[in-house]
Amino acid sequence: MEENQKFIVNGKRIDGRKIDELRPIKIEAGVLKRSDGSCYLEMGNNKIIAAVYGPRALHPRHLQDPNKAVIRYRYNMAPFSVEERKRPGPDRRSVEISKVSREAFEPVVIKELFPRSSIDIFIEVLQADAGTRVAGLNAASVALADAGVPMKGMVTAVAVGKVDDHIVLDLFKDEDNYGQADIPIAMFIRDGKIEGITLLQMDGQITKDELKEAIKLAKKGCLEIYRLQKEALFKRCRGEDFVE
Amino acid sequence: MKTLSNEIIADIKKDFVYRKLKNNERVDGRKFDEFRSIEIIPGIIPRAEGSAMVKLGDTEVVVGIKMQPGEPFPDTPDKGVIITNAELVPLASPTFEPGPPDENSIELARVVDRGIRESGAIDLEKLCITEGENVWIIFIDIHALDDDGNLLDASSLAAIAALMNTTIPSEKFGYGDDEILPVRNIPVSVTSLVLDEAILVDPSSDEEKLTPNRVTITSDSDDNLVSMQKSGAFLLSEEKLYELVDLSVEKARGIREMLRDV
Repeated sequence: MEENQKFIVNGKRIDGRKIDELRPIKIEAGVLKRSDGSCYLEMGNNKIIAAVYGPRALHPRHLQDPNKAVIRYRYNMAPFSVEERKRPGPDRRSVEISKVSREAFEPVVIKELFPRSSIDIFIEVLQADAGTRVAGLNAASVALADAGVPMKGMVTAVAVGKVDDHIVLDLFKDEDNYGQADIPIAMFIRDGKIEGITLLQMDGQITKDELKEAIKLAKKGCLEIYRLQKEALFKRCRGEDFVE
Repeated sequence: MKTLSNEIIADIKKDFVYRKLKNNERVDGRKFDEFRSIEIIPGIIPRAEGSAMVKLGDTEVVVGIKMQPGEPFPDTPDKGVIITNAELVPLASPTFEPGPPDENSIELARVVDRGIRESGAIDLEKLCITEGENVWIIFIDIHALDDDGNLLDASSLAAIAALMNTTIPSEKFGYGDDEILPVRNIPVSVTSLVLDEAILVDPSSDEEKLTPNRVTITSDSDDNLVSMQKSGAFLLSEEKLYELVDLSVEKARGIREMLRDV
């Protein structure tokens, strides 16, 4: 991968996708036996597994909230998930990702139903290829629904970025590494309608107009992913494919 | 009992701050888009390669820059390294605890870091000594002294102000004469609290007690957005986001002028 290589030629990206095209996504709900809810998700070359435990009694007790459940979110990367072995355990990046991801679910999960309990969300990144935090959010959302945790809707997320001065949907690794901006966005979607942004981060260099373009693409991408999340849950409940 | 009465006072005060906001007033009399007074004192730690103290109202932060040669990252063998760290020492607030950095101080340091990094304020290629072997490492250490709200903007302001008066200590390490660290761009972060429909720029600690919901937007000298961070558990509408962007870019311009004059 050369730094000066063109990322977009004739409207096509290096991996053959159009500017507003997602990578192939595979979602399967209920893949783990011990957890209350789980999900395996592939988004391009990302391989993510999410598990939800709870609502369950929260220990130690001083962490309990007498009025509502406490959400805990742990984003973790396997040492073998990236090119250079990652030292196991939380680093500063995963602490920050865990924080903003947890906050993305706070307004969506109906915590008031479960005082003094915890809802624990665990994300393991088995293979990383850019956009792991948004892939993790998509998997977590399905795992929460699989666990039967009451939610006002779904959280659906995608990263939008800037490469070769174009705003593109769902960056893969090379675009992320050499691109000009990366914007992970999560939306709260209820009954197929986008209700608001629950996670937003950005680094890079963009103008306000490019941000507008990015949000537009993110909405399109999120609605597509939302449909796949729903399909996976339908299949989990009925054991058959979803037919519109 | 003491904690209980403190809690009651805190609740009464919270109500007071909230009721004022409902009347379109901030407790300290500021307009909703108004920063507190800003004071930037560069070079207060001569022992450091660069430093600055920033007072944002009663919030006080010191940033010190230390530089030393070291190994580059394997994927950027010809570039210097920036390492940003924030210490929320217990001296600065009754809620800060000693110990390893928690998620709030990590987030703070990383948001400050992204503003400086993504704006290209520092030309990292100029910090290469021997490609693949030796580059300058810039340590940006954020030290909070008094947290009266919006530590983030105070920290990012102090960080860029400190970088703007940093000298590369070449002589000390036998690489020739000391040089001024060139700063190409001035990123400025603007943090706003989002409460119901209101946007409160540069929240004080009284206001932060009402809600942790905020958005930080950092823009560079050309009004580009270089970093954004939504923090807190809330739904942000698209319209509100664009309103925040416009407001932040405009506020950043004024603060950038101040930095240039220091």
